Amino acid sequence: MTGKGQHAQSPISGLMLRNIACVRGGRMLFTGVSFTLGSGDALILAGPNGVGKSSLLRLMAGLLPVYAGEISRKGTLALADEHMALDARLPLAKALSYWAKLDGSDAQGVYAALASFGLSHLADVPVRMLSTGQRRRATLARILLSKADIWLLDEPGNGLDTAALAQLNHAMAQHRAAGGIVIAASHQPLDLPGAAALTLEAAE
Amino acid sequence: MSAFFQILRRDLRLSLSAGGLGLPVAFFLLVATLYPFAVGPDGALLARTGGGVLWVAALLAALLPIDRLIAPDAEHGVLDQYAVRGVGEELVAAAKITAHWLSFGPPLMLAAIPAAALLRLEGSTLAAVELGLLAGTPGLAALGVMVASLTAGLRRSGALAGLLMLPLAVPLIIFGAGSIGDFSGGALRFLAASSLFLVAVAPFAAGAGIRALRD
Repeated sequence: MTGKGQHAQSPISGLMLRNIACVRGGRMLFTGVSFTLGSGDALILAGPNGVGKSSLLRLMAGLLPVYAGEISRKGTLALADEHMALDARLPLAKALSYWAKLDGSDAQGVYAALASFGLSHLADVPVRMLSTGQRRRATLARILLSKADIWLLDEPGNGLDTAALAQLNHAMAQHRAAGGIVIAASHQPLDLPGAAALTLEAAE
Repeated sequence: MSAFFQILRRDLRLSLSAGGLGLPVAFFLLVATLYPFAVGPDGALLARTGGGVLWVAALLAALLPIDRLIAPDAEHGVLDQYAVRGVGEELVAAAKITAHWLSFGPPLMLAAIPAAALLRLEGSTLAAVELGLLAGTPGLAALGVMVASLTAGLRRSGALAGLLMLPLAVPLIIFGAGSIGDFSGGALRFLAASSLFLVAVAPFAAGAGIRALRD
């Protein structure tokens, strides 16, 4: 629960992975993943389906155990995966404000985040009525609201139209300009200037 | 601490919107109505056994919402989002236990008044039942959330949750029903102790269960 404004990241955020290996269901997914990211950096994770991009994101989020190697992190996290984590019966703005309150944002922040992703007109629509693309945008609005330093995005561009993709690119650029870090697993080209690229390969 | 109250409020709202206070109360009263049909309208028999029946009904009412305590949140990524924010699993479990208790404990205590009339319980018996429910239902809530977190990853977990929870609730049933005819207060103290034990242990057990769901 830190920060006051829309983008109030702490000035220094960082993430370092050294020789990370991940085992799921008794199978080694990948080994030897190392990188270091500092304030304003971005990383695009690539690789074929099933190689462990989502697992790597969940591992960085602390949701999966690290099999080998070490992670050190400075700053708070936000994760956007395939789960929206918004109450289906609630109107969109109310559902988002649940997380906003946990993260210390206020109602104005919710409407600002909705506007950033072109969802203002859907504020009073129940979450279960949203289309696939709108769900995706709602998830991204939740990320924006979290005011976290490090964004972990799993296929953020999936199901987005060109306008929404532009909004996503704009949000990521603003986040980086404010000292945040973006890590995205994506098959779609994202506009992340100067982003590092990491292609995961299956472990033998 | 504010995360605790946020989660508590959300879970309470969800359980009120899904069946709500009415469901456990209706269930409880239905058992109290059916029991005289089953054993016959003998007032003395009803008065002697009615308190115990209320305890069994309370246990089953606590079991009713068990499949929506943890599983939907695990499925929709809500528990992941708590973890990403650094909210401890034990805190989540404690908030869920409190919300679960609020959604059935006090309503059952209210419903026990008409139920006592249906079962021809005397005033002193009703008072003992109310006191016992006050001491025992937090333990039932703790047990419910604990079992819900252990079975959330399984398909059709409802029946299994019942099989797991009912044996663990035996001490609560024994001391709860026992406290009714017992004027020394010993059974009530044992009931409170078993309930307190469950409330103390359940957040950690449920927290471990929530962590295990992630893999």
